[in-house]
Amino acid sequence: METLYLLIPLASLVGALGAGTTVASVREIGHRWAIPGVAVSFLLSLVVLADVLAGHTFNGAVYTWGAIGGLELEVGLLIDRLTAVMMAVVTFVSLAVHVYTIGYMHGDPGYNRFFAYIAGFTFFMLMLVMANNFLVLFFGWEGVGLVSYLLIGFWYTRESAIAASLKAFLVNRLGDIGFVLGLGAIYATLGTLAYEPVFARAGELASSTIAVLPGMPWSVASFAAIALFVGAMAKSAQIPLHVWLPDSMEGPTPISALIHAATMVTAGVFMLARLSPLYEQSLAALSLVLVVGALTALALGLVALVQHDIKRVIAYSTISQLGYMVVAMGISAYAAGIFHLMTHAFFKALLFLAAGSAIHAVADEQDMRRMGGLARHMPVTHWTFLIGALALCGIWPFAGYYSKDTIIEAAALSAIPGAGFAYWATLIGVGITAVYTFRMYFLTFHGPERMDAETRAHLHESARVITWPLVVLAVPSLLAGFFLLEPVVFGGYFGSSLFVAEGRDVLGELAHHHGGWGQYLPLALALAGVGLAYYLYMVRRDLPARLAAASGPAYSALVAKLGFDRLFEGWLAGAGRGLGRALWRGGDEHLIDGLAVNGTAGRVAAAAARLRGIQSGYVYHYAFSMLIGVFALVSWFFLA
Amino acid sequence: MPELPLLSLTIWLPILGGVGVLALGRSSDDRARWLALTVSAVAFVLTMALWAGFDPGTAAMQFVEEAVWIEAFAIHYRLGVDGISLLLILLTSLSTLVAVAASWESITDRVALYMAAFLIMEGLMIGVFSALDGVVFYVFWEAMLIPMFLIIGIWGGPDRIYATLKFFLYTFAGSVLMLVALVYLYNRAGTFDIEALHGTPLTLTEQLWIFWAFVAAFAVKVPMWPVHTWLPDAHVEAPTAGSVILAAIMLKMGGYGFLRFALPITPDASQAMAPLIIALSLIAIVYIGLVALVQRDMKKLIAYSSIAHMGFVTLGYFLFNAEGIGGGLIQMVSHGFVSAALFLCVGVVYDRLHSRAIADYGGVVNVMPVFAALFLLFAMANAGLPGTSGFVGELLVILGAFKVAPGLAVVAATTLVLGAAYTLWLYKRVIFGPVANERVATMMPPLSAREKWVFAPLAALVLVMGLWPAPFLAAMEPSVAQVVQQATATKL
Repeated sequence: METLYLLIPLASLVGALGAGTTVASVREIGHRWAIPGVAVSFLLSLVVLADVLAGHTFNGAVYTWGAIGGLELEVGLLIDRLTAVMMAVVTFVSLAVHVYTIGYMHGDPGYNRFFAYIAGFTFFMLMLVMANNFLVLFFGWEGVGLVSYLLIGFWYTRESAIAASLKAFLVNRLGDIGFVLGLGAIYATLGTLAYEPVFARAGELASSTIAVLPGMPWSVASFAAIALFVGAMAKSAQIPLHVWLPDSMEGPTPISALIHAATMVTAGVFMLARLSPLYEQSLAALSLVLVVGALTALALGLVALVQHDIKRVIAYSTISQLGYMVVAMGISAYAAGIFHLMTHAFFKALLFLAAGSAIHAVADEQDMRRMGGLARHMPVTHWTFLIGALALCGIWPFAGYYSKDTIIEAAALSAIPGAGFAYWATLIGVGITAVYTFRMYFLTFHGPERMDAETRAHLHESARVITWPLVVLAVPSLLAGFFLLEPVVFGGYFGSSLFVAEGRDVLGELAHHHGGWGQYLPLALALAGVGLAYYLYMVRRDLPARLAAASGPAYSALVAKLGFDRLFEGWLAGAGRGLGRALWRGGDEHLIDGLAVNGTAGRVAAAAARLRGIQSGYVYHYAFSMLIGVFALVSWFFLA
Repeated sequence: MPELPLLSLTIWLPILGGVGVLALGRSSDDRARWLALTVSAVAFVLTMALWAGFDPGTAAMQFVEEAVWIEAFAIHYRLGVDGISLLLILLTSLSTLVAVAASWESITDRVALYMAAFLIMEGLMIGVFSALDGVVFYVFWEAMLIPMFLIIGIWGGPDRIYATLKFFLYTFAGSVLMLVALVYLYNRAGTFDIEALHGTPLTLTEQLWIFWAFVAAFAVKVPMWPVHTWLPDAHVEAPTAGSVILAAIMLKMGGYGFLRFALPITPDASQAMAPLIIALSLIAIVYIGLVALVQRDMKKLIAYSSIAHMGFVTLGYFLFNAEGIGGGLIQMVSHGFVSAALFLCVGVVYDRLHSRAIADYGGVVNVMPVFAALFLLFAMANAGLPGTSGFVGELLVILGAFKVAPGLAVVAATTLVLGAAYTLWLYKRVIFGPVANERVATMMPPLSAREKWVFAPLAALVLVMGLWPAPFLAAMEPSVAQVVQQATATKL
């Protein structure tokens, strides 16, 4: 079995390396390596899932990475119920995206390179979820970041794409500062970075303190949990470190589906769940997680309302939905959060891939103002998109209904500070989600056909290699909630892989709780949102523009994405460059070189010139004056 | 010692080989190249034999050779290797091999002299890392300046005179003070034996004087802020292979000096002055990181990046724990690979367009895809991505810093953003984008087979060390533990 565990990531790695050898080829053959590799990973992941359900888990080292002093770091795997479900989801979505890519990237000169990247991504993502210690977690974490960087900048001749890729990498690195400091705090206190001993001794973290600033002791558990959360905020695009994700849409659509919606961006959420024994030690950290998640869920949903680019709508929607998952982590409803992660992976990948199919149909146009009426021409794309949209809004009985409602209802029951705010934010968010989702749906698939005549004449459904993955993803988007909610969230599926402190088990409470009329609120809001979108974008098409004009500054703020981009690009990057220039010209060139170094040399030379009447600039000249100095120093040294 | 004097061989074979190359004169450039390549390859094999015979289970000196040199002053020709010097010696022989191969076509003027300079320098540098006698160390240390002085001064860029002068004066000034310290120690202990000096008791005042004399020599070499300004100038003017040796090996001598001399000989002074050295190291990481961000010259950018990375090394050393010192040491080795590779990358494009200005490039990936992939690997290693060698030292030093004071780790961790920012911004401007101009389109052929072979060992090492640093760490562990013990014991 251990060999089999190892084979799962390695199969994808082999697929990636094999595809890498085909990069120079002009023939489109990269998928011949990548797809079998990822398919093996997927099938073996199912075997592992079945095995884990039968009660087997694994926690062991593959090899010793390095050891020095008291530090011993291993490359090791942890296979338990949380890992198994993540492996299955990641490889399933990845495989669907791989197949879709054959059609989508056909004709692109980077076809083979693309397959090398996405199979490589699958490898890193598997390492991330299968890690049994923080080192391997970080390896996977940075590996997926690297692939994300490469894929956002995939079309490397586009200035906007390479700028977006750099931004994504740097914002994630900003989060990594938190991540690494979290590791530092844990290591300094416990002397290990392996999950098992850290979880077993998490209580010690809570009772130890550190002083980052002198005189201000913190609980190590709170410091480490919050620092690690900063890393998760970047990876999972939480306010204010979300700024990179909308720009990541510069990459090809299949990776928007796989990396920037279904899997990589959920790594932060996964990490919070994985580290539940740590987070349960710190109420402050949970509370912060909860509030950040709720803010993100609400605020970025609002931004999605005013986007015209279909991919950006889905991107902001992803950020908002990640907010829901993070809220679930903050209220200790880990199972609900992971469940939403799973359903979201299906329906969001579906939405992106269907959007990609539509984008292809209208000659790579992403602006919804130049789409419309596609339902007639692309039935499969249309119906699968609709399923994804209904799932995203949380309409019964689609998957999102079950997963999102559980989070909202659990928030209502939570006693963690900030839970009240989170409840209202996530509840209002449901209405907003429905409006932007169906605004997008109606603008794209219904109403007048606003594309140019040339494009309109060529509208047709995509090839089967594209539509089949849509159908495959539509099935769980429709059914996963109905069939899996009870066993996964309330049936104790996760067992000991998730830890909830006593008194915080909101999901346990929810299982026996009858919420009264309150439990119908989210569905009612979702339906109202769909209705409002229908009214605004199908019945009274003149209203949105008038509403926008009437709401003035509020609308401008949303269009300006609430100003976060300016904060990072203008202020932070600008300050860094400005400071760098000042230190270079002022510090290095003026003070150190100008005054100290050349100044000294100049003065020595001038003094020598006065003494000897020559100003040579030869080495021996300087060396001579220096020797005199040394001589003086030595004499003083020995006499003193 | 009945066996082969392996250390002497690794020192004197390249030096004699260098003299041999020199003897070829200007008769045949190709013969000079091939002879230099052969000699450096043999030297590399010899150092590999060192590693093969090295016992990683002890902190004691190995392959020790001893002969009386100057009886009157108890100066002995004494050599030896431990876990601290072993990897640096290997790095030296590898870098020289790479440097010779990298200069194959780009140097056409006075080839024999050029190749000889590198070979002689190799022997001298290995001498520095294996000397166990203060005077022998000093002789190698100073002698090594001469070939580098020639390399920059003869084959350098237009401003080479200013650069060599600055380089020479800076480093010479520091070294002279070190000599004074060594002479004082001799008067005190009656020996120049470095290992004996480790045990010589000294008062705090004495230690402080000696410590500062050492710092003057080593801080300039590292270089530490604020005595770093010679390095960007030297790099900019140096030919590619000169930059490779400068970055990969010469800077490491400063770091090596701290471990071999300052920490064990003056532990109490080191402890007392640690806050100051740590502060300077953190300034190097942040200040220099910011300065690197705004450079317009590729070589200058990488030079500044080197200073920031060496800031991590000195930070690690003055944490006085195994994570910090081991991390600093592994960072030195990794930086040897990575900075050498990055300077080679600049050399590759410079050979084609004869410009170091970032603005003259853009879209190089379109014409040199394999080069772009290699450059990416080294850029990511420079940014400290896990899975590359650059990550190992950074992680260890940050962990070690957190143990000492969390605030240190907070400041040091800014390198995660700064290092990525200056490296990847450089990468973006040079490599990505549409083909920037006619010259990039027409004058930049793909990598030649020779160029690929030059990069190959470095790329492999960057990955091996990133994925499996265990053998490297195991080799240094006992010696690191010993330095930690020496540096934390008091001599008072």
